Amino acid sequence: MEQAPRDPERQLQPAPLEPLGCPDAGLGAAIGKEAAGAGEEDSGVDTMTHNNFWLKKIEISVSEAEKRTGRNAMNMQETYTAYLIETRSVEHTDGQSVLTDSLWRRYSEFELLRNYLLVYYPHIVVPPLPEKRAEFVWHKLSADNMDPDFVERRRIGLENFLLRIASHPILCRDKIFYLFLTQEGNWKETVNETGFQLKADSRLKALNATFRVKNPDKRFTDLKHYSDELQSVISHLLRVRARVADRLYGVYKVHGNYGRVFSEWSAIEKEMGDGLQSAGHHMDVYASSIDDILEDEEHYADQLKEYLFYAEALRAVCRKHELMQYDLEMAAQDLASKKQQCEELATGTVRTFSLKGMTTKLFGQETPEQREARIKVLEEQINEGEQQLKSKNLEGREFVKNAWADIERFKEQKNRDLKEALISYAVMQISMCKKGIQVWTNAKECFSKM
Amino acid sequence: MEGERRASQARSSGLPAGGADGESPGGSAPFPGSSGSSALLQAEVLDLDEDEDDLEVFSKDASLMDMNSFSPMMPTSPLSMINQIKFEDEPDLKDLFITVDEPESHVTTIETFITYRIITKTSRGEFDSSEFEVRRRYQDFLWLKGKLEEAHPTLIIPPLPEKFIVKGMVERFNDDFIETRRKALHKFLNRIADHPTLTFNEDFKIFLTAQAWELSSHKKQGPGLLSRMGQTVRAVASSMRGVKNRPEEFMEMNNFIELFSQKINLIDKISQRIYKEEREYFDEMKEYGPIHILWSASEEDLVDTLKDVAGCIDRCCKATEKRMSGLSEALLPVVHEYVLYSEMLMGVMKRRDQIQAELDSKVEALTYKKTDTDLLPEEIGKLEDKVECANNALKADWERWKQNMQNDIKLAFTDMAEENIHYYEQCLATWESFLTSQTNLHLEETSEDKP
Repeated sequence: MEQAPRDPERQLQPAPLEPLGCPDAGLGAAIGKEAAGAGEEDSGVDTMTHNNFWLKKIEISVSEAEKRTGRNAMNMQETYTAYLIETRSVEHTDGQSVLTDSLWRRYSEFELLRNYLLVYYPHIVVPPLPEKRAEFVWHKLSADNMDPDFVERRRIGLENFLLRIASHPILCRDKIFYLFLTQEGNWKETVNETGFQLKADSRLKALNATFRVKNPDKRFTDLKHYSDELQSVISHLLRVRARVADRLYGVYKVHGNYGRVFSEWSAIEKEMGDGLQSAGHHMDVYASSIDDILEDEEHYADQLKEYLFYAEALRAVCRKHELMQYDLEMAAQDLASKKQQCEELATGTVRTFSLKGMTTKLFGQETPEQREARIKVLEEQINEGEQQLKSKNLEGREFVKNAWADIERFKEQKNRDLKEALISYAVMQISMCKKGIQVWTNAKECFSKM
Repeated sequence: MEGERRASQARSSGLPAGGADGESPGGSAPFPGSSGSSALLQAEVLDLDEDEDDLEVFSKDASLMDMNSFSPMMPTSPLSMINQIKFEDEPDLKDLFITVDEPESHVTTIETFITYRIITKTSRGEFDSSEFEVRRRYQDFLWLKGKLEEAHPTLIIPPLPEKFIVKGMVERFNDDFIETRRKALHKFLNRIADHPTLTFNEDFKIFLTAQAWELSSHKKQGPGLLSRMGQTVRAVASSMRGVKNRPEEFMEMNNFIELFSQKINLIDKISQRIYKEEREYFDEMKEYGPIHILWSASEEDLVDTLKDVAGCIDRCCKATEKRMSGLSEALLPVVHEYVLYSEMLMGVMKRRDQIQAELDSKVEALTYKKTDTDLLPEEIGKLEDKVECANNALKADWERWKQNMQNDIKLAFTDMAEENIHYYEQCLATWESFLTSQTNLHLEETSEDKP
């Protein structure tokens, strides 16, 4: 069972922050698998605080991938890949790990989990999934989703995704996430029962908000620009990297032709024959060494891709902020207009346009009683509106505070990870150079013996 | 792009040796006319192996070369010549230094062509002077080659660069083409100079020393074009007969030549392809580094790391460029020359077969008493001598050629390997120093954190 390359940091840790918004879900006393009953009746966000759960460290791995066939929603045969997720708890005392759960999931279930998290944690930069289809492919590499190398890299990507969630101080406590790891059957139904799809903000509304918001928080505007730049520069980098890989492949592979020709030539050469033959062998070695080199580089590309997709997660948080801000502004506007209406009714001056006003003009004046009634309704609405505005303001500030905290956390993570990735790239280059020196030194020796 | 254009007389293609103003054209690299230069160029092209063992091998072989009776013994091969340059205690063995440089374009009403300056320095008595400077065009080289082949039909005459290169050539006279040709022409003349027999050829001497008009009039003296064509037709017909009675050793030689030709052609294609792939890799790499700089503009905490990575990539890019130019200087011209050599060799085999065929047909005539047979025995005697000389000349030259071939190929590939090693060593150093600087930074940072 393989561990992800960055394992040690990613084990589940106790959450330092309070869960967002909802009242504390109550400390369930359940241990291990018996989490199902732990108090989840709350305002709709399923969280789980689990005393004994946190005493043990948890290791998560996506250890295998398997090709499967089944019937899809339209009762048609389809082939898909299933991934084995294994959860182990590690005894604090002796560090031994025990397998506690193991189940199979397919990519679409991971997507479902993520979409759920996006809705319920809009202030969190939610870790992205590895790509659905192979992109930035250099031409020798297969773009086929069933290709074993692609599947392998995706397995690692999915494991990374789970580990990121598990190491996030807030996300790791989510009940649905826990069930994802532990409850094979019925999990999809459970997620859908939360009704999260209904709670999702409509894209249209979000788009609307982007253009109409009057006072966006400058920090979020800057963040949006940053995420655009990040996406654009990483895409560019990945594209060029793929082209460079392609060319490098060409250079190495053509040398392989020398091997064959040298070998044929050596047959007619008495003195040069041996040298030619063995030099040819080294040319073959050189040509075939590129496959592993480029496979390693794909992992580097995957590390960059993760942050390419993180850019979208950042934008999602910005969009949520915009929406909330827009909502707030609309509510404030609405309140202001109602107040004005009320004032006008009270003083008798009509400055604002209202349907009632028009109909009054057309169909005759209303009675003082009717007017009083209307003022009363408005005053109630105004009261309500002021309450709502207050709570929206509060919500907004909470959101900004929590979002910004997570963004800071994300920034530090990103700086660490990207630096590490660049260093690992250098390590790869060094290894490639060393191999090159060795092969050519051997070849040179053969040539000089000819 | 083209050299200085001068209107010249309609007939003459060269400039008088003494008065050459020699303003070098913009694109090409002029060669200094000093006496050491031809040796130096030879050295650069063949990329010396400093192993002293090689020296001994060559001198042994030189003594083994059993030359024909009609050519004096001259123990020079290109490599022994080089070794002589290195060890100054034997400066006397090489006495003919030739350089080809300064391509210049000439425009007449009928045509445009390029001439090359040829400087010869010699201490030989048979030359009127010790230094000569002439201008020759490609046609003149073709003429010389033809004369040498005529005079020595079974010697392995060095190949000339091709007349045209079809693919990818839009203009006949682009800079790279001219430079490649110039180098090849230089090699051609020097190989002749190093050949124990050819170096004393009279036409060769005239080629190196004659004024333009002298050369023109000399050219007209030989058998005309038509008679040469007639010879060719006969040659083809009779060489077929010569193949039947070819002695065993020449059968072997022929087999070798055929296989060698196949293989060297493949190697030529492969090498050209490698160059092309390396160039395309280089072109992509040029774009790769700058993206990291672009990225660093939006990442405050990663600025240094990203800039350093960009620097490493750029340095590797330069190293790739150097590797490419090494390939095109050392490996490609050598391999290509042997492609041309292999064609040349097949021609030599044909001529040998043709000479033998002449003999065989006379023998046949005698046997079957087809024609007047009185003079035949004498003719046959002469032809038998001719065949024996031709065969011996070829045999000896073949051994010499093979030895040179092995050395040239070995050196060219060793050099290619060396270029690659150097390339990887440079890249390794770049990335390793990046890594060290990152680890040092990290250590600094962590030590700063400590109170």
